[in-house]
Amino acid sequence: MAYFIRRFILLLVTLVLVSLITFAVFQVIPGDPIRIMLGPEADEARVQALEKELGLDRPLHEQYFSWVQGVVTGDMGQSIRFSRPVAELITDRLPVTLSLAVLSVIIVVLIAIPLGIFVARRQNSFSDLMFSSLTQVGMAIPSFWLGMLLMLYLGMTFSFFSVTGYVPWSESITGALGSLILPALTIAIPQIAVSFRYIRNTILEQLQLDYVRTLRSKGILERAVMYKHVLRNAMIPILTVFGLIFAEVVAGTIIVEQVFGLPGFGSLLVTSISYRDFPLVQGIIMYITIVVVLINFIIDMLYAVLDPRIRLG
Amino acid sequence: MNSWFKFLMGVSFLIIVAIGLSACSDKDNDNNNGAASDGGSQEISVRINNDPDFLDPHMAEASITYQVILNIFDGLLVGDTDGSLKPALAEEYDISEDGLTYTFDIREGVTFHNGDPLTVEDIQYSFERLMGTHTGEPLSSNFENIDALETPDENTFVIKLKEPNSAFLTYLTALNSAILPKSNDGKHNENPIGTGPFQYENYSPENNMVVVKNENYWKEGLPYLDKVTFVFQPDDQTALLSLQSGQIDLVAVGAHRVPEVEDQFNLTYQDSNSVLLVGFNHDREPFNDIRVRQAINYAVNKDDIIEATFSGYATKIGSNMSPAMADVYKEGLEDAYARDVAKAKDLLAEAGYPNGFQTTLSISSHAGMYTNVAQVIVENLKDIGIDVEIEVVEWGVWLERIYQGRDYDMTVIDFTGELSPYETIKRYISGAGNNFFNFENAEFDELMQDVIVEQDADRQNELYGRAQEILSEEAAAVYLADYQIIWALNPELEGYKTYPYFFHDLEEVRYTE
Repeated sequence: MAYFIRRFILLLVTLVLVSLITFAVFQVIPGDPIRIMLGPEADEARVQALEKELGLDRPLHEQYFSWVQGVVTGDMGQSIRFSRPVAELITDRLPVTLSLAVLSVIIVVLIAIPLGIFVARRQNSFSDLMFSSLTQVGMAIPSFWLGMLLMLYLGMTFSFFSVTGYVPWSESITGALGSLILPALTIAIPQIAVSFRYIRNTILEQLQLDYVRTLRSKGILERAVMYKHVLRNAMIPILTVFGLIFAEVVAGTIIVEQVFGLPGFGSLLVTSISYRDFPLVQGIIMYITIVVVLINFIIDMLYAVLDPRIRLG
Repeated sequence: MNSWFKFLMGVSFLIIVAIGLSACSDKDNDNNNGAASDGGSQEISVRINNDPDFLDPHMAEASITYQVILNIFDGLLVGDTDGSLKPALAEEYDISEDGLTYTFDIREGVTFHNGDPLTVEDIQYSFERLMGTHTGEPLSSNFENIDALETPDENTFVIKLKEPNSAFLTYLTALNSAILPKSNDGKHNENPIGTGPFQYENYSPENNMVVVKNENYWKEGLPYLDKVTFVFQPDDQTALLSLQSGQIDLVAVGAHRVPEVEDQFNLTYQDSNSVLLVGFNHDREPFNDIRVRQAINYAVNKDDIIEATFSGYATKIGSNMSPAMADVYKEGLEDAYARDVAKAKDLLAEAGYPNGFQTTLSISSHAGMYTNVAQVIVENLKDIGIDVEIEVVEWGVWLERIYQGRDYDMTVIDFTGELSPYETIKRYISGAGNNFFNFENAEFDELMQDVIVEQDADRQNELYGRAQEILSEEAAAVYLADYQIIWALNPELEGYKTYPYFFHDLEEVRYTE
């Protein structure tokens, strides 16, 4: 219980610090949200009317505390750029980014783990060398370029893939997959490259441990050794990496959503920053912070599931 | 572990099956689209570069917004394809001898999208909202000159001005004063209601906006389309791909992409009524010296810039006015400073800079056009010994520091079309709030004072012509080009028209028989 309370307080402190930093950064960087939105031909009368309406003419600390006050009472405020409640904009986008992130992680898991096992069993063989050099390529490709290539060669060839916009799951499951698979692949490929190497090395390390020799000498099938014992023991470090990968994937969505024109969190964050839409940026940053802290928490919990020593200790 | 593995394999199997299935179903969809011409649903998708700033036409400022929302709203008047003003909600209008009283006969039988009939009260409400009569917060400074609004009877609306203003009529289109229903007060941004050919249905930020046919549109038989989806797509490359894959029917394509699309699509070239220029800060040395400004004008090769940036799809200009402005445009200024390196060097030497100088060209990062122009400028100015450093800043920074703060040496910017020539060049008036050039010229100020009270159209054009000459003579900026916007249109569609301002007029667009 004390563990949970400590975690929760840590989350609160993190959120306060993050919001303060975001607010401070916004005061330092130049740019006025109303003028950016209305452009150089903005009518002065309109700029002033809007400033008053949005409360941007008030002193800084007042602006920050009225925002905090709103959040405490469950009101994230109104986006300047889109004139809509921040909470509504975020919940609208959540399914897109979440689907994209989950799909990417699934692709990474589906490819990286079997591939890691496959290669680990053939250390120093031709396939090991080939995949290891391919990882270098995979890690080096910039994701926006990879996205463009996928769009050009797969998106334009197969009508299944949609290269623009997002089809909600509720509208059509295949349509949603069609709009998400290419961007998910774009995010996944560099992550596969990274995690596959790590999985290979972890499994190789495990294979050299004494318990493997013991198992083998007991005559246990090689398959059982691999999937029942080695993989399970290798899972703990792999899980740590997947926690990091999830954070990377969330970061990856920011660029890839731009390339594929997906209306997710990432594109919303980029837009809100370039428009200096303070309430919206704060809202998104808060959400991302909560998600990252939660994922770390879940991974800590999973350690305990996998390793009885952590559970008992 | 084994069952977990089986689950993953199962998931991947399902995904593969789903791909296979949808490959078939997608073909059916394509057929449906093709069938639109034989009486099926008339729907199109139009790509828009960015989200609207506001859906409320009294708050919106971005030309990109009007591209979309002019399909929803009408004004008393409307700008036609040649820029001339035509009646819209006002069937006829009359201006008194003294130029102070404007009387409008309001069209009968017009209804708003919510079914309410258009009344003179709605028109009065719309103008009062813009003037801030009841709120004390005007939304537009164009209507400060209004003395009184009168509604003598059900079909007549009268505007009385404090002073005559020859540009006033141009403020009466939906661009500046859309007519909104009084009954929708307070909700114009969430649920915009107008009298235009299409009615608002739904807006999903950074995704799309859907409008549907207004069945009771006052122009009988129009529009032809049942539904239009405006897709907000900032990436040009993606937009082009969606055009080629048939997901979008109307896209602006970059000039250098024309060869890729000209065979498959109908291309329309719109003179965008834009003015692309290199601005100087006249308050800073050495740009306070007219000889330096002229030297730079002689050094810049406009043809190179047009070729490099627009692959030739642009018209050279010589002052702050585009040829799209028809009668107002002063011809013959575009070559006033034909490239002449020797002359430019002489002028620089005369001004006391025989070896040139160092300066900074600050541009915004939000459009690739500025970078392309800047690179040519750097090369051109190197020829006369001026060493230019390019500084790229974010759009927000450009607006605050360069445009508002006037903290810069040189910059590149383009201004998009206005219907009113007065609005187009009023920024050069000494002390104007948006005179970020810090340009000052007594004769110009006087001309602008005269033209605003001048009733005679020919005389107005003469004054505007002289104003353009002054900007050229003073080398107020390097006026580069009016670039064309190239629209690629699904070849099955017809009836698309272009205007000297940003407007996707979809009223008469339809599938060919």
